[in-house]
Amino acid sequence: MSTFVLLTITGLGLGAMYFLVASGLSLIYGLLGVLNFAHGAFITVGAYLAWWFGEQLGGGPGTRLLVGGVLGIAAGALVAALVELGLIRPLYRRPVEQVLVTVGLALALGALVQGIWGADAKPFPVPSWMIDTTTILGANVPNDRFVEIGVAVAVLLGLTAFLRYTRFGLVIRAGVENRGMVSALGIDVRLAFTLVFALGGALAALAGVLSGVYFGVVDPTRGTSLLIFAFIVVVIGGFGSIGGSAVAAVAVGLIQQYANYYASSGTGDLAVVLLLALVLLVRPTGLAPKVAH
Amino acid sequence: MRRAASIGIPVVVLVVLALVPKLSLDVPVVFNGPLSSPGTLQLLALCLLFSGIALTYDVLFGFTGLLSFGHALFVAAGVYMTAIALTRWEWGLWPTIGFVLAIALCLPLVLGAVSLRVSGIAFAMVTLAFAQAGQVLVQKNPYGWTGGEEGIGLNYDHVPDAFVGVLNTKNLYWLALGYAVLVFVIVRLAVNSSAGHVWRAVRENEPRVEVLGLHPYWFKLISFVLAGFLAVLGGVVWLLLIGGATPEVTTANFTLALLVMVVLGGAGTRFGAMLGGFLYTLLDQRLGSLSGSSEVQGLPDVLRVPLSEPLFILGALFILLVFFVPGGLASLPARLRGLRPRREPLPEEAAA
Repeated sequence: MSTFVLLTITGLGLGAMYFLVASGLSLIYGLLGVLNFAHGAFITVGAYLAWWFGEQLGGGPGTRLLVGGVLGIAAGALVAALVELGLIRPLYRRPVEQVLVTVGLALALGALVQGIWGADAKPFPVPSWMIDTTTILGANVPNDRFVEIGVAVAVLLGLTAFLRYTRFGLVIRAGVENRGMVSALGIDVRLAFTLVFALGGALAALAGVLSGVYFGVVDPTRGTSLLIFAFIVVVIGGFGSIGGSAVAAVAVGLIQQYANYYASSGTGDLAVVLLLALVLLVRPTGLAPKVAH
Repeated sequence: MRRAASIGIPVVVLVVLALVPKLSLDVPVVFNGPLSSPGTLQLLALCLLFSGIALTYDVLFGFTGLLSFGHALFVAAGVYMTAIALTRWEWGLWPTIGFVLAIALCLPLVLGAVSLRVSGIAFAMVTLAFAQAGQVLVQKNPYGWTGGEEGIGLNYDHVPDAFVGVLNTKNLYWLALGYAVLVFVIVRLAVNSSAGHVWRAVRENEPRVEVLGLHPYWFKLISFVLAGFLAVLGGVVWLLLIGGATPEVTTANFTLALLVMVVLGGAGTRFGAMLGGFLYTLLDQRLGSLSGSSEVQGLPDVLRVPLSEPLFILGALFILLVFFVPGGLASLPARLRGLRPRREPLPEEAAA
């Protein structure tokens, strides 16, 4: 029983990170129709900048994590906004080229991070209270799992409220459903594009920071490995659906943890891939319809 | 005149390439030693091999319009299944060849039949997922067959002597050249066949093909199986060339590299894709040693760090190419001719 509880909470923690990456990807694809391969680079850049700002700052791990994390997330948003303005927008009517540019960007940014900070993993600042465990139903759960789950739930609620109750959210939701109609009504969708990219970049960087806490280190391949599972989450959850992403992220995180433990290591990844193939063959549009909610 | 050029140029290129192991020419900067030295031949063989593999990907992406992110899986299947049969199971040469040919036919047939039920981004994702499953399988190292992170060192007992040893690098070079020529000829025949015409029709307008009474599914499946089959063969050549299997061939980054090669050279063109594969491999291999050179090491950090990462240079180059030369390198001659326009550009061309 205690193992099961530990696996469940750890799986939820993993799912929380998948959700943060997938929600940005999902909104970007839903609104712009761009499958953003550079999203993995945003994760890596965010995590590394958080670590680097922390190093420059000094002080206890708590302060370094908090201040470095906030600066890293801001940097992730900035990088993503610049990418949208400089590289995606000029190719507005050429969707295949947009995807290709993000592929090139993923390669280049990943290599740049490795060039600047080296291929070796860097120890991430983790405050000692996050490493300590809390006993729940006999299971000793590391406290950082609760932080990850809490942050993801807060983001889910915040995003839902943002999409439902603000004017920008309304424009984004309308844009996902019918971009042409929104522009025809005289609303400048391009601002929403940049905003969604910046938001996606910030969430990816946040996922990068949390993954640093979860694994205790950052390394240049972090973004790519998270990105592939985030893609799977987006496809299962349905493009453009935040709620669908959340459900799919939880399912993927849990299946991975259970299968890796109860079957053998690595089976979890195979099970997730199998789930994706099944979902696509049964319902090619994903589990949720294409509506931002 | 055009027809003579379209046959003549490939033949001349082929003759020159076939004679390379006999030339002791020195090409400074590009290669370390003379052309006939084993190191240079090995590098050139790798370049030729990848020009062939890039062309197999072009069949899918360029000619049929299928954006697959799982092509690495087939190359990896060729590398790993051959290595496992020869090294782990200690099979002879002929049973291994038969086994790998069967894999080359069945694997793309099964995976294609499943993944082609969806199209567009969903197809890209399913193929990515299958490739990911292959990567996980190799990492898991079932029964100690794949060797996990370390890969497999090839057991040369049943490999023909002509392909063993540094002195025989020239034979490996000719093998790689033969592979590239084989792929070129088969793809040329296939693309010019009636199925090949349907591929391009599917790429341009799939609903219209359906309205005309043809089933796009079967034509896409033929394209998928042909590309997969040739890619598996490429994997076998790669194994002989490198002398072992490494897990990097299973990664998603390898498929992305194939995509970059094809777009670099020009998607939907045979020579473009091959040129792209050749140049990408050459740059990828040589930029690394260039970055170790004293000129680059002497630069200030702002320049030195990006320049010492080959993937950064390739990625940046790729982005520039997508922006400024959308047709890839293959479109350059026409573009250069276009600098002296014979007619006024149409308004929409001028706007674009």
